[in-house]
Amino acid sequence: MALDTPSLPSRAAEIAAEADRREIRSRWLLSSPALFIILFAATGPLLIVLIFSFLTPGDYGGIVWKPSSHAWFQVLFQKDIFDDTTTFADAHLSILWRSVKLSFLTTILALIFGFPTAYFIATRAEKSRDIWLFLITIPFWTNLLIRTFAVQEVIRNEGIINTVLIKLGIISNPIQIMFTDAAILMGMLYVYLPLMVLPLYASMEKLDFRLVEAGYDLYANRFQVLRRVIIPLVKPGIIAGSILVFIPSLGAYVTPRVLGGGKNMMLGNLIELQFGQGRNWPLGAALSITLMAIVMVALMVYVRYASRSEARYG
Amino acid sequence: MSTAGSGERRSAIEALGVSKIFGNGDDAVKALDSVDVTIRENEFFTLLGPSGCGKTTLLRLIAGFDFPTEGEIRLYGEDIAPLPPFKRPVNTVFQNYALFPHMTVAQNIGFGLEMLGKPRPEIDQRVTQMLRLVRMEELRNRRTSQISGGQQQRVALARALAPRPKVLLLDEPLSALDFKLRKDMQIELKRLQHETGITFIFVTHDQEEALTMSDRIAVMSNGRILQIGSPRDIYDRPAERFVANFIGDTNFLEGKVKSLAKGKARIALAAGGEVDAGISEGVEPKGNVTIVVRPEHAAILTKPGKDALKGTLETIIYFGTDTHFHVKLASGPHFIIRQQNRHGAKDDLKTGMPVGVEIGENAAQVLKD
Repeated sequence: MALDTPSLPSRAAEIAAEADRREIRSRWLLSSPALFIILFAATGPLLIVLIFSFLTPGDYGGIVWKPSSHAWFQVLFQKDIFDDTTTFADAHLSILWRSVKLSFLTTILALIFGFPTAYFIATRAEKSRDIWLFLITIPFWTNLLIRTFAVQEVIRNEGIINTVLIKLGIISNPIQIMFTDAAILMGMLYVYLPLMVLPLYASMEKLDFRLVEAGYDLYANRFQVLRRVIIPLVKPGIIAGSILVFIPSLGAYVTPRVLGGGKNMMLGNLIELQFGQGRNWPLGAALSITLMAIVMVALMVYVRYASRSEARYG
Repeated sequence: MSTAGSGERRSAIEALGVSKIFGNGDDAVKALDSVDVTIRENEFFTLLGPSGCGKTTLLRLIAGFDFPTEGEIRLYGEDIAPLPPFKRPVNTVFQNYALFPHMTVAQNIGFGLEMLGKPRPEIDQRVTQMLRLVRMEELRNRRTSQISGGQQQRVALARALAPRPKVLLLDEPLSALDFKLRKDMQIELKRLQHETGITFIFVTHDQEEALTMSDRIAVMSNGRILQIGSPRDIYDRPAERFVANFIGDTNFLEGKVKSLAKGKARIALAAGGEVDAGISEGVEPKGNVTIVVRPEHAAILTKPGKDALKGTLETIIYFGTDTHFHVKLASGPHFIIRQQNRHGAKDDLKTGMPVGVEIGENAAQVLKD
């Protein structure tokens, strides 16, 4: 026994080291699906899009492996075919502006409609909350395209709104809602509203309503309680909901396509056009990256603004 | 309102026939059952009772978070029932403090004044004053999540006192604190009440807390107020079995009324002997009654006299400051006697020996039920 003792510590260390190695190996093995997805399903395609935006378009679509920054030039500028003068690409800029404007309005409207809705659900009895949430999520069961056509059925010239208004004698000719920005806005608001309500509800459900009572007790009226107590406390939900609505709105494709028609395009439609009829894959890729950049800048500005206004209270 | 009456302080809060029913149909719960109570100005008034007795409901009605189903609540003679909570000059210290987590200590304390539209310098000055009152000056700019439970308690107090309410409502404010801190805060609360001169309405289920802090106590059960009185009144002269049971240890004895005098009745006890027992206001005892005797208001004797109750000493429990003797009376029931331990007292009592129980003068009280 006495002879064995010196070797014992090193033996124990060996076993421990072996266990560590095994542990590390199994950890890598277990996380490999996640790594695979991150590398090949998220980062990889992004890299391809980035590379494509610096190549030359092929004659029948696709790309030619010849480096060029022309696509990036085309995002903002255009050359006149006849006299070669450079002007701003007005069509692109107006589509860009419409996308940002409509997405922003959709987010604001979703917040205006979603906030009271979420508050209503959060203040119900615990049992009935699930039913309300269930009702909010029901539209998700239907295909987006079908929901959008349903909106079209409501707002088109022979649709429900116009028919009812004409029957009631309020108007004599149908109001043109289809193929306008307003139609796109209504469609996006309808489609993305649940994405605002759900995170708002998650925040409000955690809200300690005794704090609301404390606000009332300390002479704050309903509006002051909303502004000084409820909104600061559910701010994480407001931020999450706004992000969840703004990002898909900016890249929306189906809704502007169906409700806006060919003229009222948004960024998503413009990008699709380049990969399809336009046969300009590099421009499509450059526009996609532009879209991502806008989203990132918007997010950074928004998050900074949100955290700063919180610091003011703190 | 200026007629203060002869020595009697004017009333700050009056509840007149207040009932509160939650829910409807078969689910309806009567939380308050025609409660009448008058709380005087500058009083430390305690609502005492077990959970579910309606004490917090009454507090919430006064604060304005709920509205009475029936009856009227008056603040200095004015009916405040139609006013929302933010229009009542009444502030609450909540059970869990309900401090705003997105504000600092100073912002919490200044919130009420800010909402009242006071100018900034006045708010700052008052906040400083309140911080000094609760001895928290150095924590002015901390977040409320960064301070301890006891400190949160003080901030909650300062926040509720800052707008100079006419009445301060305290909803079990000490229940979340540990024993030592609770004792300190009890003294602190008394000091604050004394210094500010504000009427305090304090809700608790802790009878000891109620006895040590209150000017007057209302004992509540099942939505009704059973008895209102000074701590001494409530303890020495409980009117009902529930009150006697809820506050302190009690001996109940059965007996028959022999004769009545003013505020007193001569009772022939079933356990033998006779005793004079006090009568609560509005009670006219007759026939079989129950009387209560507090354990420390009786003496244990080795050589009992004629009027003493006879029994056998069953158990002796030593508590340090005092000793409890459990006596099985010859007539059946048990009787507990508490005696303070004095230095050098004789130690001649042994379990199993026959003893007598002597009820002190004015110690017994006839119960209403």
